[in-house]
This record gives sequence, structure tokens and C-alpha cells, in this order.
Amino acid sequence: MSLLSEIIVSVLLVAAGVFGLVGSFGLLKLPDTMTRLHAPTKATTLGVGSTLLASMLYFLLFQGRLSWHELMITMFLLLTAPITANFIAKAHLHRFRDQETLPDTGTPDDWATFEDEAKEMEPVMTRDTPRR
Amino acid sequence: MLRKLFPHPYLTLLLVISWLLLVNEYKLGSLVFALILGIIIPMMTAPYWPDRPILRNPAAIIGYVLIVLYDIVKSNFIVAGIVLFTPNKKLQSTWITVPLELRTPEAITVLAGTITMTPGTVTADMSGDGRALLVHCLHAPDPDSVRDEIKTRYEARLMRIFE
Amino acid sequence: MIQYALIFAFACFGIALLFNLYRIFRAPGVVDRVLALDTMVINIIAIFILYGISTHSGVYFEAALLFAMTGFVSTVAYCKFILRGDIIE
Repeated sequence: MSLLSEIIVSVLLVAAGVFGLVGSFGLLKLPDTMTRLHAPTKATTLGVGSTLLASMLYFLLFQGRLSWHELMITMFLLLTAPITANFIAKAHLHRFRDQETLPDTGTPDDWATFEDEAKEMEPVMTRDTPRR
Repeated sequence: MLRKLFPHPYLTLLLVISWLLLVNEYKLGSLVFALILGIIIPMMTAPYWPDRPILRNPAAIIGYVLIVLYDIVKSNFIVAGIVLFTPNKKLQSTWITVPLELRTPEAITVLAGTITMTPGTVTADMSGDGRALLVHCLHAPDPDSVRDEIKTRYEARLMRIFE
Repeated sequence: MIQYALIFAFACFGIALLFNLYRIFRAPGVVDRVLALDTMVINIIAIFILYGISTHSGVYFEAALLFAMTGFVSTVAYCKFILRGDIIE
């Protein structure tokens, strides 16, 4: 039992280290900004996620106390990672304005980043469904 | 009465859970305090929630969360494999447009977040009228299949939850 | 065994931080620097938690949580600054 739990925690820790390292290595290796965005948002979330899981299991199995506020950090990171990725992508699009390389929207409007500043300030969407 | 006490039941639940997670041990006192916070904060912030999403199908939400968690783990392995073993010259990264059938802002937010967290795709932008998403693929030899997978795997499920 | 796994994980995240630092110094654009800073925050959170495990104490979780929050807010503020040239409008 003790050996099994040690193996589980160790495997989680090693996996966390490998994924964290791969995420940061992708930051160096991949060729341009948009592809570089992929590596950290994905690989590091699982890296930190399995560190947190290992910590929970460690305190539960070896210290005998249930510690669950790691879940809070996991939840927070899983919620914020897409938002930061989206912001960074938007900042990249805004800065380089490589509008020709993007595909067509398929709708009358252009992509939101390239629309006029005045139009951007207005709420982009309105709710179609009636309020209850 | 119940509707007045809990103007936003999901927010109440979220606040109670996060307070208990922060306290990090279960005691009756902290549960009571969490409930007090969970009742007061939604009441005070009610003016900032002019309209709220209508969630239809609680069982479908749990299924959706499980699928997304599985896909996050899978995407980690795929992206790690691409980073380590695919040379940069063979990398076929493209932009794709995903036309949206979802209309509520909350549903589109959830879909955009899901696309960012899952295999090799990042949501970058949305069209001005909210009818299409701009998605960047890390390695997509066949962009159409990626779009079809997003539409059938995530959007169809979100349609069942939100609309 | 856990000791060795901990040392391995510490080393991995330490090397990852060095990679990020290199990317901050040598980046083609400001967006890459923001991305490297964001990754750095995530790696530092992991190191906090590993340190918490190795000292058997739960004190460092508060630090990790606060770091996660300030890291998120600062990344969003940087991006907002690039987008609009202003943080609070």
C-alpha cells in the first residue's frame, strides 16, 4: 500500500516536471508567435495540474490530512488559461495586423480586432433569446 | 421567496464551494459562514447580472465537463509529441473559421475556452457580429476535419445545455 | 522515492524557468515576452507547490494562489496595454 502510493505520487511528480519542461521548451522551439502560444497554455496546465494532484495525494496518504484547496488553484488555472491565451492572441493580431493571411469570416462583418475603434467599444453581441 | 433569497443559485453554489475550498477543512461554522456569503454576495451584485444564462440540462453539463477534462489530458500528450518530435518545417499550422450556431454570449465563451484547452487549437478572435470564431491550429493536415470535430463534439453538446 | 521525484520535478521546472528567461531576453516581439512571463508565473506556482510538499507544510498554497491571481491580472493588463495603449479607460 505504502509502496503503491509512493509510486503514484512519484509518477505524478515526474509527469508534472516533464510536461512543464516540454511547455517551456516549446516556447523556444516553435517557429512563430501563434504556434508558440500553443505550448505553454496546454503543457503547463497539465504540469501544474498534476503537481497539485500529487500534493493532494501526498498530504492525504502520508500526512493523513485531507487538503483540498489545491483544487481551487487547479480550477482557477483551468478557467484563466483560455482567457490569457485569447488575450495574447488578440494582442498579436492587433499588433501585426496581418489581415490578408486570415481566412474569411463567412459573415458580412470583419474579425472583431480589425473593426473600427468606435464600433469595438459597443457591445458586440445582443441576446436573441427572450428574457425570462 | 426562494427566488428572492437565491437570485442566482449557481453563483451561491460556487461561492459556498470556493469558501470551503479556501478554508481547507470542513467545519459547521465555516459552512454557515459560506452560506451567509453565498446569500449576501449574489444579492448585492444582482444589479450587475441583468440577464443570466438558462441552463437546461444538468446531466449534460457533467458529461460535458468529463469529456473536456479527458480532451485536456489527451491534448497535452498530442501537443507534447508535436513539440518534441515534429520538426518545424513539417509543421502545418493554419487558421480556420468556425461558423457558430450558438447565440448566447455565455455559450460562445464556454465554447471558445474549450477550443483553447483542447488538442492543438487556440481561439484567437470572433467576427464582429458574433457569428464565427477564428481558430488557430498547431498542426492540422486536414483543417476541415478539425472544424467538423469542434462542431459535432463540443458545439452540439453546448446547444443541448444552453439553448 | 518521492524525494528523488521531487528533485527531478524541481530541476525540470528550474530549467523551464531558465528557458522562459531566455525567451524574455531574446524575443522577436513584445507579445512573446508577455507569453514568456505568463508561462514563468505558471512554472513558479508549480515550484511553490513542490516546495510545500518537500517541507510538509500547507503554508505555501496561499502564496501560490495569490501568485496565480496576480499573474493572471498582470498578463491581462499587459495585453490590454498592447491592445489599447491604456490599461484603465
